[in-house]
Amino acid sequence: MSDINSNIPEGDLTSKWTKYKSSVPLVNPSNKRTIEVIIVGSGLAGASAAATLAEMGYKVKCFCFQDSPRRAHSIAAQGGINAAKNYQNDGDSIYRLFYDTIKGGDYRAREANVHRLAEVSANIIDQCVAQGVPLAREYGGLLDNRSFGGTQVQRTFYAAGQTGQQLLLGAYSALERQVGMGKVEMYTRHEMLEVVKIDGKARGIIARNLITGEIERHFGHAVVLGTGGYGNVFYLSTNAMGSNVTAAWKAHKQGAYFANPCYTQIHPTCIPVSGDHQSKLTLMSESLRNDGRIWVPKKKDDNRKASEIPEDERDYYLERRYPAFGNLVPRDVASRAAKERCDAGYGVGASKLAVYLDFKANTERYGKIEAAKAGNHNPDKETCMRLGTAVIKEKYGNLFDMYAQITGENPYETPMRIYPAVHYTMGGLWVDYNLMTSVPGLYCTGEANFSDHGANRLGASALMQGLADGYFVLPYTIGAYLSKEISTKAIPTDHPAFVEAEARAVGILNTLINIKGTKSVDHFHKRLGHIMWEKCGMARNEKGLNEAIQEIRALREEFWKEVRVPGAANELNPELEKAGRVADFIELGELMCIDALNRNESCGGHFREEYQTEEGEALRDDENYAYVAAWEFKEGVNFELHKEELKFENIKVAQRSYK
Amino acid sequence: MSTGNMNLTLKVWRQKNNNTKGALVDYKLSGISPDMSFLEMFDVLNEDLINKGEEPVVFDHDCREGICGMCSMFINGRPHGPKDLVTTCQLHMRSFKDGDTIVVEPWRAAAFPVVKDLTVDRSAFDRVIAAGGFISVNTGNAQDANNLPIPKMQADAAFEAAACIGCGACVATCKNASAMLFVSAKISQLALLPQGQPERYRRVQSMVAQMDAEGFGNCTNTGACEAECPKGISLENIARMNRDFATSKFISEETV
Repeated sequence: MSDINSNIPEGDLTSKWTKYKSSVPLVNPSNKRTIEVIIVGSGLAGASAAATLAEMGYKVKCFCFQDSPRRAHSIAAQGGINAAKNYQNDGDSIYRLFYDTIKGGDYRAREANVHRLAEVSANIIDQCVAQGVPLAREYGGLLDNRSFGGTQVQRTFYAAGQTGQQLLLGAYSALERQVGMGKVEMYTRHEMLEVVKIDGKARGIIARNLITGEIERHFGHAVVLGTGGYGNVFYLSTNAMGSNVTAAWKAHKQGAYFANPCYTQIHPTCIPVSGDHQSKLTLMSESLRNDGRIWVPKKKDDNRKASEIPEDERDYYLERRYPAFGNLVPRDVASRAAKERCDAGYGVGASKLAVYLDFKANTERYGKIEAAKAGNHNPDKETCMRLGTAVIKEKYGNLFDMYAQITGENPYETPMRIYPAVHYTMGGLWVDYNLMTSVPGLYCTGEANFSDHGANRLGASALMQGLADGYFVLPYTIGAYLSKEISTKAIPTDHPAFVEAEARAVGILNTLINIKGTKSVDHFHKRLGHIMWEKCGMARNEKGLNEAIQEIRALREEFWKEVRVPGAANELNPELEKAGRVADFIELGELMCIDALNRNESCGGHFREEYQTEEGEALRDDENYAYVAAWEFKEGVNFELHKEELKFENIKVAQRSYK
Repeated sequence: MSTGNMNLTLKVWRQKNNNTKGALVDYKLSGISPDMSFLEMFDVLNEDLINKGEEPVVFDHDCREGICGMCSMFINGRPHGPKDLVTTCQLHMRSFKDGDTIVVEPWRAAAFPVVKDLTVDRSAFDRVIAAGGFISVNTGNAQDANNLPIPKMQADAAFEAAACIGCGACVATCKNASAMLFVSAKISQLALLPQGQPERYRRVQSMVAQMDAEGFGNCTNTGACEAECPKGISLENIARMNRDFATSKFISEETV
């Protein structure tokens, strides 16, 4: 049934990548020096690729919209990074990481890609430690691990609650080293506005210098997009304010298929919305679920304080429903369970849209252990809590501080209130095994592509995938393409294709400035977010999705008549930047609803209310929907579906169970 | 849901670009909720300005969870405002009172030229890192991570130095516009780890040289940087950098 080729190498699953690596065509050093690669984005996937390709000898140009590559939103990842090291001797292996990821993704990811990811996971940790990334250690000097959702082993490496920061700064250092040596030209405060295609191949980009407003043309033998996810289509998400889909969307409009856009991850543990002024949502790391127990009152509309509700009147609903995994079920399962309790009237806090994340039991348990270490085998409760709080503080101090700062409440004394929020997007540009999109020479890495997480990503796997793509996969696979480009001379940027692409970009900017409507960009973004959250969020149904499509089309029309962008195009103008991004989000939002409507099943982060088991779990339809939905953009914001069939040859596909 | 009832007067630095003169401009705001972050209060101001047909205030911000280091407002004479250990994006309006007047300026330092309004150019920091803030290891076949045990205390100390977010508050608050807290944090992180030893003295020399070339001032041990650092980076790092810098001068050129 596939009408697109994923170019997966032949052979046994466990030897595909090894064989591929030793047979992929190479580019000799003198040719590398004349080959130019453009990398858009400087997060884990972009910075690691830029540094590695430059180390290999390619001429690299790297672009980011922030004032420094170190600010990319990978920096905000908190909890950790998975790797199949089996340092804890708890039975971990490449196969188990592979299996957990496929199962966690609800059997909607490509086996060969996921196995490769698990294979290179251990190299990532080695590489980062060699760079001086200060990962957490035990007293013996060896690396420490913790547990994350959807697994029964401890394979998550971390640096307090700032793992993403430390890994990104490692990649950033490697990148700046190449910048210092003149091997990477870094373009900060630049936004990519178009892909340039010549004879069907990606040959460069059009970028806007955000300080001066100048439009620039850049040639590359290949273009790599590591531009992150599109969670901000919901307006409120845990993404950074600047995170956007524009680069990926422009590529989509130039022929790159967009795969599984409806697979969005709603993270279960975020700080609830406090008011209409809210501009973003803040995650409380999944690692907290190691030591926190999630509960709601057993009584509906219980307005007592958490501390006044006795133990036997609390419903630890995750432990009740999923005894095998308890509080560590995957994110999609935990989020839906929280929504179910709140919808049924058991929510807590002023908005009633929150559940408790309670550290008391584990604080006491840690306190007992600490007291015993000091020789006190019969400590009183107060001693336990005092000693235990110190342990919790060391593990999660920065997260607790952040919670206190945002909510004004002290989480050491009262349980955290949490609620699900948009966090990650599994969908993205379709790529083959080589990470190449459907446009030859255009690659996509990290969260921006669709490839490894199926319909639901497991915690601590985003950092793994971003660095796997950039350090260990793309540097090999891009060689297969570039080895055929060694005789292609740099194409002058006065080529008609550059002129035409620039005209498209400038046309959009001028249109936006000249509408001079009555409503701000944020006004439209908030309305789009509201439609998406209500009708294409944690639960979707046919009626709602059909309504959403109509509403988004009407919103698009209104946007292009009524948006007000102050200022000019030839200066630093954040409203103009936002306007371009929101215009793209509106088109993407429609495609997300179309994709969600097409997928008549529930899987992972995509929950169609019509398709659930009697117990309210996601009900897949493997017979009809075991495929990647890859959408092609057609004139006038229309989309054509292509299918890549998913074949499971090494894993027995089953109803996912965490009970 | 919180309803806002705070009234504020803002005095905000407005400057079209680096070639024009700037000035403080007064704005009145009402209906501000104490649960808003400082940047969300600016969102309200900008929405008002856009609706009135005026140009919104340009300011840097991105993650809004205190880790990217992009936000950079000098509030009532202090970088990131009145609370210790928080960035502007994590400062909430409950730290202010109804009726307050709040003065908001950009970072001020010769090495951080104003781009527009509250936005400055901090690319000097990237150039200091490019001069030596790394370990020279190419991607490839690094040895197994656990082949190199590192005592926990040492790893923790390196992590504490590595927690710097590169926001530049240390430079903005320093009377000398010195970047030594920022530079020494990176130097310390790598000097504390075994992986950083081979390039230790070469690194300190080249990073300090670049720091000077960018026009940052020197350290006179006032300690404002440590007091204002949103991540609590310690002044000890500067002592460590100075010690390594002095040591590097006793080592012959060939070995550095």
